[in-house]
Amino acid sequence: MRELDYHRADDAAGAVALVSGDPEASFLGGGTNLVDHLKLGVARPRVLVDISRLPLDQVEEVELPGDSGGGPGLRVGANVRNSDLAAHPAVRSGWPVVSRALLAGASGQLRHQATTGGNLMQRTRCVYFQDVTTACNKREPGSGCSAIGGYARYNAVLGASEHCVTVHPSDLAVALAAVDAVVVVLGPDGERRVPFEELHRLPGDAPERDTTLAHGELITAVELPASAAAATSTYHKARDRASYAFALVSVAAALELDEAGRVADVRIAWGGIAHKPWRARVAEQALLGAEPTEERVAAACADELADARTSEGNAFKVPMVTAATQHVLQSLQGGRR
Amino acid sequence: MSAVEQPVTPLERDAIRSVGTAHPRVDGPLKVAGRAAYAVEHREAPYDARPLHAWLVQSTVARGRVLAVDAARAVAHPGVVSVLDHTSAPRLQEGEDRELEVLQDDRVDFRGQIVAVVLAETSEAAREAAGLVEVAYDEQSHQAAFEETEDTYEPETVNPEMPARTEEGDVDGALAGAAVVVDATYETPVEHNNPLEPHAAIAHWDGEVLTLADSTQGVHPVAQTLAPLLGLEQAQLHVVAPYVGGGFGSKGVPHAPEMAVVLAAMTQPGRAVRLAVTRQQMFALTGHRTPTRSHFRLGADADGRLVAIEHEVLEPTSRWKEFGEQTAAPTRMMYAARNRRTGHRLVPLDVAVPSWMRAPGEMPGMFAHEVAMDELAVACGLDPIELRVRNEPDVDPETGKPFSRRGLVDCLRRGAERFGWSERPAEARATLEGDWWVGTGVAAATYPAMLNPGNEARISAADGGHYDVAIGAVDIGTGARTVLQQIAADALGVDASCIRLRIADTDLPPATVAGGSSGTASWGAAIVATAQRFRADHGDAPDPGVWTQAEATDAQSEDHALHSFGASFAEVRVHRWTGEVRVPRLLGVYSVGRVINPVTARSQLIGGLVMGMSVGLFEESYRDPRTGHVVTQDLATYHVASHADVRDLQVEWLDEEDPLASPVGGRGIGEIGVVGTAASIANAAFHATGTRVRSIPVTADRFL
Repeated sequence: MRELDYHRADDAAGAVALVSGDPEASFLGGGTNLVDHLKLGVARPRVLVDISRLPLDQVEEVELPGDSGGGPGLRVGANVRNSDLAAHPAVRSGWPVVSRALLAGASGQLRHQATTGGNLMQRTRCVYFQDVTTACNKREPGSGCSAIGGYARYNAVLGASEHCVTVHPSDLAVALAAVDAVVVVLGPDGERRVPFEELHRLPGDAPERDTTLAHGELITAVELPASAAAATSTYHKARDRASYAFALVSVAAALELDEAGRVADVRIAWGGIAHKPWRARVAEQALLGAEPTEERVAAACADELADARTSEGNAFKVPMVTAATQHVLQSLQGGRR
Repeated sequence: MSAVEQPVTPLERDAIRSVGTAHPRVDGPLKVAGRAAYAVEHREAPYDARPLHAWLVQSTVARGRVLAVDAARAVAHPGVVSVLDHTSAPRLQEGEDRELEVLQDDRVDFRGQIVAVVLAETSEAAREAAGLVEVAYDEQSHQAAFEETEDTYEPETVNPEMPARTEEGDVDGALAGAAVVVDATYETPVEHNNPLEPHAAIAHWDGEVLTLADSTQGVHPVAQTLAPLLGLEQAQLHVVAPYVGGGFGSKGVPHAPEMAVVLAAMTQPGRAVRLAVTRQQMFALTGHRTPTRSHFRLGADADGRLVAIEHEVLEPTSRWKEFGEQTAAPTRMMYAARNRRTGHRLVPLDVAVPSWMRAPGEMPGMFAHEVAMDELAVACGLDPIELRVRNEPDVDPETGKPFSRRGLVDCLRRGAERFGWSERPAEARATLEGDWWVGTGVAAATYPAMLNPGNEARISAADGGHYDVAIGAVDIGTGARTVLQQIAADALGVDASCIRLRIADTDLPPATVAGGSSGTASWGAAIVATAQRFRADHGDAPDPGVWTQAEATDAQSEDHALHSFGASFAEVRVHRWTGEVRVPRLLGVYSVGRVINPVTARSQLIGGLVMGMSVGLFEESYRDPRTGHVVTQDLATYHVASHADVRDLQVEWLDEEDPLASPVGGRGIGEIGVVGTAASIANAAFHATGTRVRSIPVTADRFL
């Protein structure tokens, strides 16, 4: 039997102090991913610091601080449960993509348990990462990547490295990338704000690091800036079964058209494509100021995917994410065909 | 107690009162209250005797030899009692089943093979210590990729004992002269059974008797298989399985984990040893459906009448134990054609041995045949139902015997009426609703009516007009406990409440496996025969205590071909952008003889349809050819249908009885629901999109 210490944190600063001071300590949120890892031997922390009772469970409409871009927005506590956030009226009206992404994820039971911060910190579901009898650089740096040349259906097509080809599993994160969310992080030296695109990282030669956070830094909230585009946003998750499946690819998009039907503002993020939620900035630039026709969207996606690298097992992702993006942008135009 | 042989006569129609009624599941309340004890939940003696927990250590190489098992760190772990390996495990008697030679030598035949067993006071300690066992291997090269190799061979038989090859007429000549030919290859992947309850057992050895609470589809088969290997008389191996959380064939024969827990218990006399196989371990140790590659050539005249049928199968077996799935078997009896050829060739691989998975043979074989028939219908410009009607045989093409009942056309016609088939556009890719291409498809199903010899029942008169009815049958969740009570009631001519049924224990009269959709017919025949003999011997007012034990003879006609049939109808939607596939409607209509209990029968057929949809759309195990390791080894990565996938799903059966097939009048319903369903979905997906998919699962990427 493996023994570990369990602390129930009373305040965020105390939790941060406990974890940042101990390389073998880990935060425990909803536990929907970490507890699996404990059973599988994928994670072997010596200390668990349970942050699920911290009072970070509010969704508030606020004026955002300057370093979150200012203006009206929403502040979501890190412990807000996925199901509560998905059902929140302000989210549903101002950031529907966030609600839809959450509802596309996991199962009802898991969404009741999983938290906003924990969702962003969940780890890849690569079959090799989760199986300690196989080599995996993310789980055991330097051991090799079994997914290269192996089971490829869920592998990345953009931004992968020779050390890791997996994808980030979160749906919520894809939506947050699309709406330019800001992550509020508490560390030993105080609070900082991280633009969402800078939270997750590409694998490079250090795939064991999913995010840019230092060990012991704790997500306390996520801030969502309001915008016309965010209010006209949606999410499509393409998957094999109708629920309880990770994305083959997913598309989060927000769109604002001018009076002539040209793109005034567009944000596109892709899931199932890369080691992080993939903000499709090249495609966005290509669409700005133009009418988002089927052909133009396909061309914009082709630009974004110019560096895509695929194998037989995941080559379908390039046409699939292109078509899903066409579908999503078309539906945001009111179903015009 | 010895049994008498009793020629059995079918249940008389006017004696049927309980059979056919919607009797609620007798063990339902226990199960929903969580009070039905599954294998590792037994707490009664002797399973309460200071229980130990076993954990399996599995090989990490696909082929080679174990050089050394270093258990020092594991044994030092708190709570660990011992670690067994091939040098320390009890020796077994010589046998012919390599799968059950657990820890008998240093040979590694496949990745995931049991190479050590850890025994500890808690499951947590056992699990942790299992990770501390260090195994050194001499690794040898292996072949785990399914491809034609120079070792490919034609077996003598395929499961269970069918000829691997059949040939009649001049297939090549008929194909050369055929007006229409379909020549295509169809594939099904590795699939894993995944019953809800993983394999599990508790064993206790007192030095004389080995007691085993198992999760199995047959207690007597387990005892019959394991006892000789253990050097025990069968009476020394007492197996019970009162409640079992499904099997789908994977618990039809004992697998290595059962032998592992038994061996472990024999090293610890007086202590119970508990083993719960993990979901991940099931993907290596408890059987799977081998992948299949079916090459079909169908030749037809201009009217769509088949002149030639050829079905050549290539599929893997494990190198170290042969299992040939009888993929072409249903092709031999399905449709009329004068010229026919079927054959199986096996590719030996260094992988876990394939085994039974719900409708072995029929599931993959009929997927291939029924998609080929759909292609033929398109090629002939015929409605796919009309094509099948035109190819109805007068007698069984394989044996020349008349069918006791050939219900296929009735199923097709009834299904067509109910499904609204007449409104179907003839052309593919004709209907776009919103973002979805919509189509419908049909496929036929068949399954043989099996009735196994070797079943006995015992009926004893009790006080107050009650009867004790005993047979070693196992209810794996099918409803056997309920329907056998109904059958016994009608066989004895009493109310069902007068029957006290005991099952699932080797102390009871012997029974065959809950497999092959044979249980109700086989066990029911024994009960009916015993009741008839009981009444003959003891009359209608027997003294309490008198009893009869009998086995049925003449239970099934030998002069007829005995098969169930069915037709499944699917509506499929394919997303025009992403290719995602959904099945909003599924209907199965079946000809299965008499239905003993419409409640449990409906569950069986619906469950079969759901599983058929699941293999049609989702199920696929990825075995990494570099390591022979099945890496999709949990239910997050091995997809089975979720609730959201199961939409409008209907089953119906024809009102019939078949006393030629069994004394209870039924032909078995456990497997036919999974046959043909995947083909109806693939055919509907073609109708929706115009894209022909010849392999399952039918996934979104096929339509991009």
